Amino acid sequence: MDISNYLYLSAILFTIGAVGVTVRRNAIVVFMCVELMLNATNLAFVTFSRIHGNLAGQVASFFTMVVAACEVVVGLAIIVTIFRSRRSASVDDASLLKR
Amino acid sequence: MTTSTHLVYLIALPLLSAALLLVLGRIADKWGHLLATLVSATTFVIGALEFFAMQSRTGASRAATQKIFEWISVGAFKVDATLLLDQLSICFVLLITGVGTLIHIYSIAYMSHDHDRRRFFAYLNLFIAAMLLLVLGNSYLNLYVGWEGVGLASYLLIGFWNQKPVYATAAKKAFVANRVGDVGLSLAIMIAFAQFGTVSFDGVKAGAPHASPAALTAIGAMLLLAAAGKSAQFPLQSWLGDAMAGPTPVSALIHAATMVTAGVYLITRSNFIFDASPNARLMVVTVGAITLLFGAIIGTAKDDIKKALAASTMSQIGYMILATGLGPIGYAFAILHLLTHGFFKAGMFLGAGSVMHGMNDEVNMRRYGALAKAMPITAVTFGLGYLAILGVPPFAGFYSKDKIIETAFNSGGTKGILLGGATLLGAAITAFYMTRVIVLTFTGSKRWDDKAHPHESPILMWAPMVVLAVGSVASGFLLSSGSALVNWLQPVVNSQNVVAGEELMKPIVVSGLALGVVLLGVLLAIFKYRTVPTSAPTQVSVFTKAARKDLYQDSFNEAVLMRPGQKLTAGLVLTDYKVIDGIVRTVGWTLGAISTAMRKIQNGFVRSYSLLMLLGVLVLVFTIWLVTL
Repeated sequence: MDISNYLYLSAILFTIGAVGVTVRRNAIVVFMCVELMLNATNLAFVTFSRIHGNLAGQVASFFTMVVAACEVVVGLAIIVTIFRSRRSASVDDASLLKR
Repeated sequence: MTTSTHLVYLIALPLLSAALLLVLGRIADKWGHLLATLVSATTFVIGALEFFAMQSRTGASRAATQKIFEWISVGAFKVDATLLLDQLSICFVLLITGVGTLIHIYSIAYMSHDHDRRRFFAYLNLFIAAMLLLVLGNSYLNLYVGWEGVGLASYLLIGFWNQKPVYATAAKKAFVANRVGDVGLSLAIMIAFAQFGTVSFDGVKAGAPHASPAALTAIGAMLLLAAAGKSAQFPLQSWLGDAMAGPTPVSALIHAATMVTAGVYLITRSNFIFDASPNARLMVVTVGAITLLFGAIIGTAKDDIKKALAASTMSQIGYMILATGLGPIGYAFAILHLLTHGFFKAGMFLGAGSVMHGMNDEVNMRRYGALAKAMPITAVTFGLGYLAILGVPPFAGFYSKDKIIETAFNSGGTKGILLGGATLLGAAITAFYMTRVIVLTFTGSKRWDDKAHPHESPILMWAPMVVLAVGSVASGFLLSSGSALVNWLQPVVNSQNVVAGEELMKPIVVSGLALGVVLLGVLLAIFKYRTVPTSAPTQVSVFTKAARKDLYQDSFNEAVLMRPGQKLTAGLVLTDYKVIDGIVRTVGWTLGAISTAMRKIQNGFVRSYSLLMLLGVLVLVFTIWLVTL
């Protein structure tokens, strides 16, 4: 199997994630799409690591996982707080920054 | 040079008194006028003592100096506040303090009903101090301080009754016209400093023979401009008529006897400049000749007694300025005429004040008439001043004015005939307008209404008038017997080095001619003013109309200087607003517009931010891809 197919898969996953972030309103779904994009890049890293035959890409993907884990913690906490205060998890409702 | 220790009191005493009266305020109301008069009298006594001390000294030791303090010391440039009392200054010191004291005494009575009398006397003392500083300074810079000081005092006193807007405007007009002249004086000082590296009279005198003619002419022209401003000479003469807004004693002291003659002093003091520059001298005689005719013509048409006298003052100072332009011998005659004029014109102004005092401050001569009976002392003293200004022998004007006419005729060539003719014509017109004043005021039929009760003034007023009248009778003879004043001034103005040229006319011929034209003027005036209508006739010749309007000098100033000046400033303001401010405003407006457009992006929706971010990243990636392609 051609190794570049992994890159195509990665690109497709990333695109799905990006589109999800921009079009969905539910904060949980947006959050999952962000995770999808992160994992798409992880897949790309690992693939490149395989292509080039060194470990640099795999190391980078570990970093991404650590950052993603932290992000999940902080992000979920924010979403829960917003939900508690506004009774809604829609990202469009939290547009107070404009005012 | 003798060193003196008490010259400084001449200035310090009146200055202190002025400060005291102004600072103490109403507390000093009861005795302020007495203190001021006492101080003025004291300065006269000091001046007289100095004069006698001077006479006991001889030669070069006659002049006395006193260094008060070191004023400016920058590198090689040093100016000390030093007073110099020499043969020229002492004439002025005696005139200023003498006439000044008489006018202080007169003012006690004249201003007795004014509740601001204390302030008036404070200003008078301020004037005395400034004027004495003007004539006692030993450098142009010291003179300049006094020069500005008298300008300030003049402004304050013209606008003394500044609750009347017209009077306040007159004060401002005098101040502005004087500023123009002051620019001339400061420029002259600057050129002198650039040329000689010093501004003291001695230093400039020493350097003058080696200086370039152009620089000397420039200094001379600027000094003449300064003199024209202060002495109301053409083309800066328009302020003097309006300056009559001030109380009459002020008109007598400042605008007849002393301050307005500062220009004559300046030119006489700078004789070394003018002697070295024939061009500057030509300018001086031209200005003098124009002004003496100008003032005389204006004087013929004024119905306001003070304005008629003011026009006469302008004309008489024209004579003095003309004399200073005639060379070394002219200076002495200019000073002679200045001193005699100080007596008779101050006397006549006080007379006019006395008439106004008795006539409820009426100044229109058409409402006077037959006042000789009601106020005999005023009439007699005024009459003596009148004979003096006409130059009737043996009154003062005969000795001073005829000398000027004679010197003008003998200055040689066409110039001599022109100048002589101008002075002779001026004498005729002077006779006409002064006779007009006398006829309208003191003789003829009474034209005042029943509300006026003309009466003789109190002794405090007529006594100074009598003293001045005695001066108008005797001063000319005393000062010129045996060429007393000419010899006295010789060390200062160098009148000895006159090369005796051919005489165009003998003195006796000149005197005869002058008396002839004066008689003509007198008879013409008596004939013309047999009957006087109480309101000025409107059907008059174009010349009379012009003279009533001060020969259109105000209109000329307004059309040529004031209106274009206003246009210029309006244009500059508009340019500032449209161009300078316009650029700044455009920058701000553009940034504001851009910001307003950019603000729409910040809508608060997270999804639009993420979309923008995505687009940005895509653009970035696409650009990198294009670059690496």
